[in-house]
Amino acid sequence: MRNIQSGSLQSEIDNNDKTTLGFWIYLMTDLVMFGVLFATYTVLRGNTFGGPLDRQVFNLPFALVETLILLTSSFTCGLAILAMQTKNKTQVLMWFVITFLLGLSFLGLELNEFNKLISEGNSWQRSGFLSAYFSLVGTHGLHITAGLVWMGICLVKVWKEGLNSSLSRKLTLLSLFWHFLDIVWIFIFTIVYLLSGI
Amino acid sequence: MTKIKQSNNNLEERPVKNLKTYIIGFVSSIVLTLIPYFLIINHFTTSYVLLTVILVFALLQMLVQLIFFLHLGRETKPRWKLAVLISFVGIILIIVGGSIWIMQHLNYSMSLLQLNNLMQYGEGF
Repeated sequence: MRNIQSGSLQSEIDNNDKTTLGFWIYLMTDLVMFGVLFATYTVLRGNTFGGPLDRQVFNLPFALVETLILLTSSFTCGLAILAMQTKNKTQVLMWFVITFLLGLSFLGLELNEFNKLISEGNSWQRSGFLSAYFSLVGTHGLHITAGLVWMGICLVKVWKEGLNSSLSRKLTLLSLFWHFLDIVWIFIFTIVYLLSGI
Repeated sequence: MTKIKQSNNNLEERPVKNLKTYIIGFVSSIVLTLIPYFLIINHFTTSYVLLTVILVFALLQMLVQLIFFLHLGRETKPRWKLAVLISFVGIILIIVGGSIWIMQHLNYSMSLLQLNNLMQYGEGF
C-alpha cells in the first residue's frame, strides 16, 4: 500500500475496487430478495387463521438482546478490519474470533426462539403470518450461518498463511457482508418485533 | 486516483480516524436501537405516530451504518456504489410499497365483511 506509485500495485488496487463493487452489487440484489420477504411479511402479518397474533408470540426483550449482540459483532468485525490495515495478525484473529462467537450466540438465540415457537405448535404451518415470519427471519439466519462458515474458513487460513493480499480482500468482502446482515436485521427488529408491540 | 494517493500519504493517522468512526457508528447505533425500543415498551404515543417514528429510527440507523461501517461517504469520485444503492433502493421501494398498496386495496374491494361494515358505518348506506 505504501508504494502506491508502482504500476502493479496500482492495478491491484483497481482490481480490488472492481471486486468490491461486484460484491456490493450482489449485496444489493440480496437486499431486493429481503425486500420481497419484508413485503410478504407486512401483507400477511394479520392473516393468522385463528392462530396467535404477533404480539402473543414475540418476546421484545429477547429480540433486543439479539439485536445488541449482532450490533456488537458488527463493531468487532470493523475493529478486525482496522487491525488488518495495520497488518496486526494477532489482533485480526482475536477480533474475528470474537465476531464469530457473537454471531454464533446470535444464531443460537434465534434457533432457540424457533424451537420454542415450533414446540408450542406455532410452526410455519400454523398460519400465513407464521409462514412469512419463518421465511424472513429464517433467510436472515441462513445468511448468518453462511457468513459464519465463511468466517471460520478465513480464520483458519489467516492463522496458517498469515495476512496476504488475497486473504485481506476476502476479509474485506466478509466484513461488507456482515455489516449488510446487520442492516437487514435492524429492519427485522423494527418491522417484525417492534411493530408487534404497538 | 489522486485522492487515493493523498489518503495513503498520511497512512499513519488513518487507523485512528477509522477507530473513531467505528466507535461513533457503534454508539449511535445502540442509541438508535434503544430509543424506539423504549418508546414501544412504554406505548409512548398513538400507534400511527409510533409506527412512523420507529421507521424513521430504522432508516436513520441504516444511514449511520452505511456511513460509519460501510464507509459509503469515503468512496472516491465516480460513486458507483452509491449509484447502485440508490437504484436498488428505488426498486425495493416500488416492490414493497406497491405490494402493500395493492394488497390493501384488494382487501378494501374484496372482503365482504369489511365491505358490509364500510357500507353500513363508513359510508352510511
